[in-house]
Amino acid sequence: MNAVPVAAPTRLVDVTVDGTTVKVAEGTTVLQACRGAGCDDIPTLCYGDTLTPKNACRVCMVEVEGSRTLVPSCSRKVEAGMVVHTDTERVQHSRKMVLEFLGSSTDLSVAPHVADWNEQYAVDVDRYGPDRRTKAQPVKRDNELYVRDYEKCILCYKCVDACGEQWQNTFAIAVAGRGFDSHIAAEYDAELPDSACVYCGNCIAVCPTGALMFTSEHDMRADGSWDESRQTETDTICPYCGVGCQLTLHVQDNSIVKVTSPSDHSVTHGNLCIKGRFGFQHVQNH
Amino acid sequence: MDLKLSAHTPTADEIDAIDALLGATGEYDHRLARAGHDLRDQRHRLLPVLHAVNDRVGWISRGAINHIAARMDVAPAEIYGVATFYGLFSTTERSTRQVHVCVDLACQIAGATVPDGAHESPCLGLCERAPAVLLVEAGPQARQTVLAPATPVQVRALLDGGAAPDEAPAEVATPQVAAGADDLVLLGRVGVVDPTSLHSYRSHGGYAALRRAIEIGPVGVIREMLDSGIMGRGGAAFPAGRKWDAVARQPARPHYLVCNADESEPGTFKDRVIMEGDPFSLIEAMTIAAYATGCEQGWIYLRGEYPRARRRLTDAIEQAVAHGLLGDDVMGAGFSFHLEVFLGAGAYICGEETAIFNSIEGFRGEPRNKPPFPVEVGVFGKPTVVNNVETLANVLPIVLGGGQAYASVGTTGSTGTKLFCVSGAVARPGVYELPFGATLREVIDLAGGMREGSTLRTVLLGGAAGSFATPDELDVPLTFEDLRAAKLSLGSGVVMVLDQHVDLTAFVHRIAAFFRDESCGQCVPCRVGTMRQEEVLQRLEHGGPNASADRELLADIGRVLRDASICGFGHSAHGAIESAIAKLGVFS
Amino acid sequence: MVGLATVFGAGGGTSSYAEIEDTDVIVLWGSNAREAHPIFFHHVLKGVHNGAKLFVVDPRRSASAQWADLWLGNNVGTDIALSHTIAREIIHAGLANTAFIERATTGFDEYRAAVEEWTLERGEAVTGVPADAIRELAHAYAKADRGQLCWTLGITEHHNGVDNVLSLINLALLCGHVGRHGAGLNPLRGQNNVQGGGDMGAIPNRLAGFQDILDPSVREKFGAAWGVTIQDRYGWHLTQMFEAMERGDLHAVYVIGENPAQSEADKEHAVHLLAGLDHLVVQDIFLTKTAELADVVLPGSASWCESEGTVTNSERRVQRCRKALDPPTGARDDIQIILDICRRLGHDWHYGTEPLEVAENVWNEVRSLSPMHAGMSYARLTELNGIQWPCPHEDRLEPSFLHGRLWADDPAERGRLAPFSPVVDEPPVEATTDEFPLRLTTGRRLDSYNTGVQSGGFDSPLRWGESIDVSPEDAATLGLADGEWVRVSSPRGSVNAPVRIDRVLRPGLVFMTFHFPEQVDTNVLTIDATDPKSGTAEFKAAAVRIDKLVDDRASQVAGAAAGN
Repeated sequence: MNAVPVAAPTRLVDVTVDGTTVKVAEGTTVLQACRGAGCDDIPTLCYGDTLTPKNACRVCMVEVEGSRTLVPSCSRKVEAGMVVHTDTERVQHSRKMVLEFLGSSTDLSVAPHVADWNEQYAVDVDRYGPDRRTKAQPVKRDNELYVRDYEKCILCYKCVDACGEQWQNTFAIAVAGRGFDSHIAAEYDAELPDSACVYCGNCIAVCPTGALMFTSEHDMRADGSWDESRQTETDTICPYCGVGCQLTLHVQDNSIVKVTSPSDHSVTHGNLCIKGRFGFQHVQNH
Repeated sequence: MDLKLSAHTPTADEIDAIDALLGATGEYDHRLARAGHDLRDQRHRLLPVLHAVNDRVGWISRGAINHIAARMDVAPAEIYGVATFYGLFSTTERSTRQVHVCVDLACQIAGATVPDGAHESPCLGLCERAPAVLLVEAGPQARQTVLAPATPVQVRALLDGGAAPDEAPAEVATPQVAAGADDLVLLGRVGVVDPTSLHSYRSHGGYAALRRAIEIGPVGVIREMLDSGIMGRGGAAFPAGRKWDAVARQPARPHYLVCNADESEPGTFKDRVIMEGDPFSLIEAMTIAAYATGCEQGWIYLRGEYPRARRRLTDAIEQAVAHGLLGDDVMGAGFSFHLEVFLGAGAYICGEETAIFNSIEGFRGEPRNKPPFPVEVGVFGKPTVVNNVETLANVLPIVLGGGQAYASVGTTGSTGTKLFCVSGAVARPGVYELPFGATLREVIDLAGGMREGSTLRTVLLGGAAGSFATPDELDVPLTFEDLRAAKLSLGSGVVMVLDQHVDLTAFVHRIAAFFRDESCGQCVPCRVGTMRQEEVLQRLEHGGPNASADRELLADIGRVLRDASICGFGHSAHGAIESAIAKLGVFS
Repeated sequence: MVGLATVFGAGGGTSSYAEIEDTDVIVLWGSNAREAHPIFFHHVLKGVHNGAKLFVVDPRRSASAQWADLWLGNNVGTDIALSHTIAREIIHAGLANTAFIERATTGFDEYRAAVEEWTLERGEAVTGVPADAIRELAHAYAKADRGQLCWTLGITEHHNGVDNVLSLINLALLCGHVGRHGAGLNPLRGQNNVQGGGDMGAIPNRLAGFQDILDPSVREKFGAAWGVTIQDRYGWHLTQMFEAMERGDLHAVYVIGENPAQSEADKEHAVHLLAGLDHLVVQDIFLTKTAELADVVLPGSASWCESEGTVTNSERRVQRCRKALDPPTGARDDIQIILDICRRLGHDWHYGTEPLEVAENVWNEVRSLSPMHAGMSYARLTELNGIQWPCPHEDRLEPSFLHGRLWADDPAERGRLAPFSPVVDEPPVEATTDEFPLRLTTGRRLDSYNTGVQSGGFDSPLRWGESIDVSPEDAATLGLADGEWVRVSSPRGSVNAPVRIDRVLRPGLVFMTFHFPEQVDTNVLTIDATDPKSGTAEFKAAAVRIDKLVDDRASQVAGAAAGN
């Protein structure tokens, strides 16, 4: 009796990253191979470890010998004998441009790492002129639990994928429109309470730029009281139903300011429901 | 799925249009319900359903989307996302009668203007008769009609509710036929055969190639294709025989065949002429392709703005089915091939081979990352052959005459004949068939030379995704290899001839606007890059102190478009502009 | 828990969440997991997207049922009739897994005889589900290489809930869908530590590690460790306690983290009994309705975020809870309160001083006495994001499913065979009548939980409060409008509630939650008929009537509601 499924055997292939040859399992992505080879500084934005790579942001591009164009490291699978360069002038140029395109059209002020990358790649958004089109728009605040600040949205598709078939399967949001006017929207750009949104917050969990944010975090940032250096993160288990979702409680001044779940947890894979994500008010107020 | 629908209700017309396609709604059963996979597997009917609603009432309302959602088990937000991707659909209320005026390259230089009440349209593929107009009338008997050339007075009349005059026959686009040419391989039947009659087609040699294909078997057909050396005519110039061979060898089943008839490259209209003038040839060629590669299902992905091609193809497929030339036992040879026309809805990007797949599957027409390539993972995740109309048209002579004979025409690297879409300042615009290796000068001469009063300024070769050729490049042989060496490209065969009257700045600007309009928006380099490219051109138009920095920025934008975009659209979005600046001195 | 323990000797789900993703047929029976167990449903949907067929058995076409390839809308309380009909069809179609039945089970002949009368026709007549649909489910489940059966309170909250569970276990035994990867039985626990509470011995018949209190060697082991003599009889479960209160045999009650004054069926009666106690102690994080009745209230801390410990989920995964917040002034860790009480009672237990140290020492005591927890050190629980029991060894993990032993060739390894249970179909205790013609069933909504004590605190945009959900047909018949306040009455009492017209219900079936007892006290209506084996009440089936309110009353209530 096949009590336990046997994993398919994996073949190892040689990949050379910036001159270092490593053996990695077939099916590994170039990004994983690069990290395995000690190259940890490939920037990523639309990549998420619980989601199928969308490779839409194109900030993780690397040069692969034999390829006419640059290659998205987050999604490209390694091939035997592949030779990868992660820091050529061409790669640097591409990253600089992508960061300039994003920085010149969206607000990346709270996106982790971006300030460092901007410095590293000598990003200059001013050269796009003062009259350039941007995604500036008012913050959407149509419910008590979370806010949507689409000026910060880089259209990475992660929220759509998390809300859709990959996790939540609610499909409350999709990418609507085309080209520069593409945007994340419920049907007919309806407000969330008129949409299919179930407020699981799994979109917030994957948002790389802070476009989707707990109202608590948004307001604390606005009034200047948000201070991650004074926050603790404690793992515990959701008090509601019997599924047993692991919560990470982000606490500042003995108040819960945000709830996440570890993306590598076998129960949640980083996902929660409305109760786990937002149902902590009964232990607040002290 | 657990849909949550808003309170908006569909109208009786909308329900009727949707249910006519999906079947009537059954009685609500309080004891059992079947949904799940069976219902969700209908997703590929989303675009046809949206067309049905759009055709009936002219736009797609919230109530209609709710009804579609409930019938197909697809969330309203998803449907909205799809509907807003395609230019022919509207999610805001509009008149049931719309006049779409082409403002693209050929029509721009022909002086097209857009009066109040009309919609701007990208290239309508009627460039030989520019300027062109598409009239869309929604209703129970929805109708699309084209008018070209369209005078401002005629456009005004359409807007005022007038009917469009009958369209000229397809062969007006093939002056070679009128001139009595008898050496045409691809256009030989256009204007000669009755495109609405299978019998006429058979009496002009139709279906001899399929019979031959069945004689030599799938392996034999693929060998002829490989021997022919034919390169794909869609723009990427990949050896078509290798593509077929790769799909035929794939163990995964089923295999699918897609004909890329989303001809939308500005200045291109050759596929339209074949589909309108000789539709059975495309169907026969696809049947051979399906036979050789083991495909049981095929689609002709036809752009939504080709009403006559749609009618001709749909009618031809019906006749072919009725005569056992499509269906479960094709020609009594024991293989099965089902073919349908799948209508695009106004998105240039859907001509990209993987964007087509998403569109057929009922999603936004966003290109997929490659690898995996279509021959391994194509439409519905299965091995798929994607060929352009013109590529398929070549299958018939290859099978009939043999691959080696085919390869004797043209050059070693570019075998066979090529269709050129000649428009602009020539005496006789139209589609011309010449062997590979002919020069641009020969093509222009064949088209009657320059129009009276015109002197040649430049030629846009290959379309918006191509590049500009200067008068001193007229003798470069038109082959893939020679053009590559000359840093030009054949693209889809566009030869748009510009004379001294053309405002090159506006023309190049239109190219930039086209790419900005048609970018799908998926990847950052293209979504933002095409916008920034247009903005920089705007600044350069007005000169200013930062011109040299702006030119540098433009080059940077072009470089990242080429290096880092997902698909060929982004890769080619700067080429024509770059060549205009370098070779024509525009913006300097 | 009782059902699984009876058949397999272990009161836990036999499979794992990840295995639901890797199966061929998933049957959700009496479970609206989409709303009640949303993250479990993610795993179900992964399975569905991987190709598994989903069947949902539920009187309502719930959110979960809307995902199903086939939804079967049975009459409330006809689960045994349905499962027996399925079983007969499987047997008669020659689809029973005879190899597994012979090798691993007992009592098949008796079971076959018991289900023989359940023809498809009879099944259809009793359950209301068309025979074809029953046959389709039967064949799909039996033919599947791997099948998963999942259930929740729709199965257990009946007067014969344990028999319901047993009837589902029968199906798994019949098809061999247990003891293999991807095939199993999954009871989804309603509360976050129902599984752990039972595993730790917080039930009247077991000690920690699910060890039977009637087993002398077990009593001896625990007695020796604790230095006490342990009673050789079962205690009372909750329902029996209320019965004992009624008889006058139970005078003092210590309630920790429960709110029976609002959560019990026929709550007026429950409140009356609690109020009549000599002494009631309530330990809770809130001053609940039960606490208001208490002689002594001990403010506890929130166990999930203000103290240390472990909980066990529906896939038997023991996971650590950690202290993230300081409790409000005066509130204390449950362990500390209990230790203090013990000290006053003359038992000075020493588990250390720091909360984490105390919790870990208590846990290590569990490990020393419960073999199935022995391998779960705090360090390993932390490193592995929890561990599923059984985990007897510190150096390895067991398979993620239970009862693989049943497939063993060696009879000794196979151990105790799994008995079929020829249970008998019984309708709900309360039949609908001319006076009370509607069947009321109850359940949860996505954003709320139990009596709302915890979930009521946050501003859910999805919440509209309590309502009596009725089918469009019944609304039309009774002349009810959406939002109209009506009087809902059962033989036990009446409440006023707003109407919500909901397509997921069929004529004759109405639905309420019990999330908003302050607004609408649903448990005034429910019946306190309980299952003698588990003590669970029949929340899922009461008979009710809906009356329109006379105009002045309606406007008065509507006004009050608007003022809220």
